[in-house]
Amino acid sequence: MHMADALISPAVGTAFWGVSGGLLGWSTRRLRNEGRPETVPTMGVLGAFVFAAQMINFAIPGTGSSGHLGGGLLLTILLGPWAAFLTIASVLMVQALVFADGGLLALGCNIFNLGFFPAFVAHPWIYRPLAGPDPRAPRAWAAAVAAAVVGLELGALSVCVQTVASGIAELPWRTFLLWMLPIHLPIGVAEGLATAAVVALVASVRPAVVTAGSRSARGAALVGLAAAAALVGGVVSWWASELPDGLEWALARSTGTEEIARPDTAVHRRLGKAQERVALLPDYGFRGSDKAGEEGGAPSSRIGTTVSGLVGGALTLAVAGGLALAIRLAGRRPAASG
Amino acid sequence: MSSADWTGLRSIDELSRLDTFVHRRDPRAMALATLAYVAVVMSYPSGSISALTPLALYPAILIAVGRLPVRPLARRMLLAAPFALAVAAAHPLLNRAPVAEVGPCHISAGWMTALSILLRFVLTVSAVLAAMACVGVDRLAVGLAGLGVAEMVAAQLSLLHRYLLVLGGEATRMARAVAARGGGARLPLRTWAGLAGHLLMRSLDRADRIHWAMASRGFEGRLPRTRRLQFRAADAVFLGVCAAGFAAARAWNLAVALGRLTGAR
Repeated sequence: MHMADALISPAVGTAFWGVSGGLLGWSTRRLRNEGRPETVPTMGVLGAFVFAAQMINFAIPGTGSSGHLGGGLLLTILLGPWAAFLTIASVLMVQALVFADGGLLALGCNIFNLGFFPAFVAHPWIYRPLAGPDPRAPRAWAAAVAAAVVGLELGALSVCVQTVASGIAELPWRTFLLWMLPIHLPIGVAEGLATAAVVALVASVRPAVVTAGSRSARGAALVGLAAAAALVGGVVSWWASELPDGLEWALARSTGTEEIARPDTAVHRRLGKAQERVALLPDYGFRGSDKAGEEGGAPSSRIGTTVSGLVGGALTLAVAGGLALAIRLAGRRPAASG
Repeated sequence: MSSADWTGLRSIDELSRLDTFVHRRDPRAMALATLAYVAVVMSYPSGSISALTPLALYPAILIAVGRLPVRPLARRMLLAAPFALAVAAAHPLLNRAPVAEVGPCHISAGWMTALSILLRFVLTVSAVLAAMACVGVDRLAVGLAGLGVAEMVAAQLSLLHRYLLVLGGEATRMARAVAARGGGARLPLRTWAGLAGHLLMRSLDRADRIHWAMASRGFEGRLPRTRRLQFRAADAVFLGVCAAGFAAARAWNLAVALGRLTGAR
């Protein structure tokens, strides 16, 4: 479920960086106020544990496939929401930076999708109320499965919202959703079972560890969602003159109008002019740019653009590759001549 | 993460200790340049292809000057590709409106979008991986703290990286032991839970020992800054050149200009 940069627009990416950054700041402040320095190495080690545990797959009961632990819900049960959110964020950072699992611009989105929902929604609102005092009891297992499913489905929904709002991928909203949500259902069940299994084992040997995570952060869910909605809405409407195609499509479908009336403020006019300048360049302008009228441009001009674009594009890549090779060879020569 | 990934983590560590011009750059400059690069690549309208190609210079030069090996990078890119590939692949199926002709072939809008997504994927992922191979996780953590990120976040990143190297080895040995006993790729849940639970408890014990070791050396919750960052003139030049290059590539379609130079119209 990690989003790559290739699907996120700068507007959506920045908005979610803001939301996740704010949540991280809030979590750090809560942790500092708690004043428990032993949390620091524990967060580091448990983050590494989640990574390591993901190396070993288990068979998902009932299906023929295998899965691995996600870890968001487990970390929240063990560490409490604030420390868990920070730990999940750090795990996602390493995954993105070192393993390219998730993008850089998309990091804010991924931290929100995979950290906010387990720590601040699934755990306080589903797991804690349902699980009861004994982590080994059947209701605790059911609570873990329910919480994991809800957390993952909300995350999948969030991925859809972010992709459609970005407009880079031109997928129809409904198709994408109908594809994402069912896939994450068995994944959620597997995650819940794996989490419950580990918690039950640890609780039977070291019960104190599990009660350490008994803090809950119900209020954070509402604050986080409200902040996300406000920031995303604000940033997206700020970029309204470069409205992504997907959002236009989704809005047109839902409001029944072909076009949204553009607010005529100085900012929008200036951004509109800037975009016009860019759109005048000979590149593929499909839908939604200011030059909507040029949609059915003369085929001959299209072909001209295509050929020079193809030739130029291929040449540019060749130049880039050749330059890189030349630098490499130049660097090697002194060593070879010894 | 797989066992191959764990060795990948160690190789990023080793690569980040090389000494080249890009390795010597301040991590803040590298982080800002790479973030700006990703934002610029993603700011192009949907379906852009030729306009993006000049931006290939940034990762290409990082890799060349940094003496980074290409094959592991490409392998990691392939491993990370499935979701983006799937989304890209959906487009030719969904959007068949023809938008261009090249000789006898009609190219549909769906193909343009798919290619654009793939190109963006390659550009952004290669840039991030190359930049990380030049900076390394530890220096990045220090750089982030220098940029104003909360100390606890930077410390957590650093600690996670450190213990990942340790626990990764343990988990690899565990996975190998399981495989040697015929465990295969899909353990029964109960067996898996036992392994994971024991790994977890060993991790918690380790965390305890680490905490006492740190406390006995005066740790009170904040990691000391052992590395000082120096933003040199070369870093400013690096940032400036990158910014100018990205802006030029964004403002003009340099690829088409080059194509026009060869006479193609």
